[in-house]
Amino acid sequence: MEGLITASGLGPALDLLALSPPGWGGNLLRGLVNSMQIALGAFGLGLLIGLLGAYGKLYGGPVIRDLLAVYTTIVRAVPELILILILYFAVTDALNQFLVAQGYGRIQISGVVAGIAVLGVVQGAYATEVLRGAILAVPAGQIEAARAFGMPPLMLARRITLPAMLAFALPGLANLWLIATKDTALLAVVGFGELTLETRQAAGSTKAYFTFFVAAGLLYLLISLISGRVFGWLERRARRGEPGAGGGGR
Amino acid sequence: MKRLLALAAAATLALSGAALAQQIRVGIAAEPYPPFASPDAAGNWTGWEIDFINAVCAAGAMDCVITPVAWDGIIPSLTSGQIDVIMASMSITEERAQTIDFSDKYYKTPALVAVAKGSGITPDAAGLSGKILGVQTATTHADYAQKHFAGKAAEIKIYQTQDEAFQDLVAGRIDATQADSIAVDAFLASEAGQACCEAVGAVADDPEILGAGVGAGVRKGETELLAKINAAIAKVIADGTYDRISAPYFASSIYGD
Amino acid sequence: MTGWLQPHRVVMMALALVLVLWSALSLRWDWLPQYAPLLVEGLWNTVWILVVTSVLGMVLAIPLGLAQAAGPWYLAAPARAFCTVIRGTPLLLQLWLLYYGLGSLFPQFPWIRQSDLWPILRQAWPYAVLALTLSFAGYEGEVMRGAFKGVPRGQLEAAKAMGMPRLTILRRIWLPQAVQRALPTLGGETVLQLKATPLVATITVMDIYAVSSRVRQDTFIVYEPLLLLALVYMCITGLIVLGFRWLERRVPQRIA
Repeated sequence: MEGLITASGLGPALDLLALSPPGWGGNLLRGLVNSMQIALGAFGLGLLIGLLGAYGKLYGGPVIRDLLAVYTTIVRAVPELILILILYFAVTDALNQFLVAQGYGRIQISGVVAGIAVLGVVQGAYATEVLRGAILAVPAGQIEAARAFGMPPLMLARRITLPAMLAFALPGLANLWLIATKDTALLAVVGFGELTLETRQAAGSTKAYFTFFVAAGLLYLLISLISGRVFGWLERRARRGEPGAGGGGR
Repeated sequence: MKRLLALAAAATLALSGAALAQQIRVGIAAEPYPPFASPDAAGNWTGWEIDFINAVCAAGAMDCVITPVAWDGIIPSLTSGQIDVIMASMSITEERAQTIDFSDKYYKTPALVAVAKGSGITPDAAGLSGKILGVQTATTHADYAQKHFAGKAAEIKIYQTQDEAFQDLVAGRIDATQADSIAVDAFLASEAGQACCEAVGAVADDPEILGAGVGAGVRKGETELLAKINAAIAKVIADGTYDRISAPYFASSIYGD
Repeated sequence: MTGWLQPHRVVMMALALVLVLWSALSLRWDWLPQYAPLLVEGLWNTVWILVVTSVLGMVLAIPLGLAQAAGPWYLAAPARAFCTVIRGTPLLLQLWLLYYGLGSLFPQFPWIRQSDLWPILRQAWPYAVLALTLSFAGYEGEVMRGAFKGVPRGQLEAAKAMGMPRLTILRRIWLPQAVQRALPTLGGETVLQLKATPLVATITVMDIYAVSSRVRQDTFIVYEPLLLLALVYMCITGLIVLGFRWLERRVPQRIA
């Protein structure tokens, strides 16, 4: 086996990818953890913004609706890279200037928080559309019935609308999650140490560009395949009890 | 509601906690730039400039944390408050000094041109005419190339990192690259550099563009921090620390005149 | 007209106008004349890369979709794997793998530099075009798979029953209907492709994003070039959306 690895020229590549120094695998994994942290945070923040945005678009007044339309249109038309640069520099700058003007000191915003905030705002725009569509797909009768029972709006959302729309929202959300994991790579351009930047540094330091880019690609692929499985399972769960949704009855 | 209050309290705590621990975030370029700063396999940054940063912070009793940021956004990162000091081999130039304040210089080296072996390129407009020159974005070298070689060279390619420009020199995609002499030497000493390339000397000096050596950058108006850094740099040089940390990296002093 | 022009919209438009005027008057735009030629060149690069990679990507997507929807397993499996890999990894990584990864192999194969293709291979744009084309093909291939599957089987069977050769069925019945089904997503995919183009700046291609970075580096003006960029991309997005709307209206909708 070892002979085979050496013969195929994979030996040096595997040495480079070893988890402990002198191998660079540990760096890649640290980058992966950072990427996942940001992706999870951004996805969560995006969901929150999306939920508020969807409700705002559906039930808000005309002003809120138009403002949300401006938000989703701009975010979906401008490249993420540019939004990241604008938000990354401008928002921290504005926040600090505001704090200094109010007599407070500058706050230190960590790269993770900035990354989550920036990608979360981007995700929020897409999530707004996904969730709006999903809420619209919930049969109106169910909501009307709950209203007729005198259910207060918050309880209605928690007990009826949100659970019922989940099945419709999941495919779109799965897509969004994959976009979130891949968009973390864009933070490499602002110098944040996530997987793609760690890969680029490892590749540059060792000159083994091919090895490291392929290895990082496999890591991303692994994440996306696992996510696909998880979301598939979630969707089957969410569709339980729906007529004709397959998956069998109990 | 109670949960919301708790959340707000936690957020306030986190904010005030961040404000209390006034660490000084020293920004370096998030790219391998040997021998000044490069990441190692254990995830740490090593190199002469890292040693120097640590020495300066120790001398000034400053609580520093090294923060890698993208080189091409390093000045906006400073002005927007992502970092507090730039110590990333940044040359002190008039142009930059309009946006940020610089400390005294802590090293000064000439700008070299590296080319493929035997290409016969000379480090001037005539030698580079019709050739493809690679430079790193937002560097004095890029400005120099735009001023002196634009129109003569076939193309001036702008790279995000100097490391990638070297890589493309090895690959043969560019004919020459202009960079700091120490960085060029480090590259030429590497296996790939030895095999392919050679240095053909320094470009003619243009102090207005190439600057007056490398200094630390701080936000405009932070005179207190700047004075502290200047004092610390002077101390590091005076007490022999500078020479001690330089010895493992360089045969002769890089402080310059 | 009154339905659209509500009072709050007038206020919002006035606010937007104030914002635009404020940006125009109090932000720094004095660099614009000097960089105008470069900006135009960058814009041209962005546009041609977008158009070429979208068209080539679409051309690639058709066989990819067809192979997955109806091909034998030895065609379907690779097509499926290709789409999974492209969709499962960041484009930035693919771009760097193609440019720096392949580039690092050149010194090992000296004959590449002697070949006639070298003047093209040493430039950056072929890698940008290749990466963006493969990316578009990967995403749109998945869409086309669904579109091919969505064409009612009865129509294909009817054509077969009339003795139409298989290639003719594909050309006259299957493909046109599949493309028609994919058309609504195609506009969205093209906008996504536009939003992916600035990544090519990281491999030294001078698109409009790279030009704006250059302005930032030269002048230390941070926000104005980014705002201009945002505006430019919004305009191109608008044009793409309008273009596809026009196209969709021209394609007859006869899906029952």
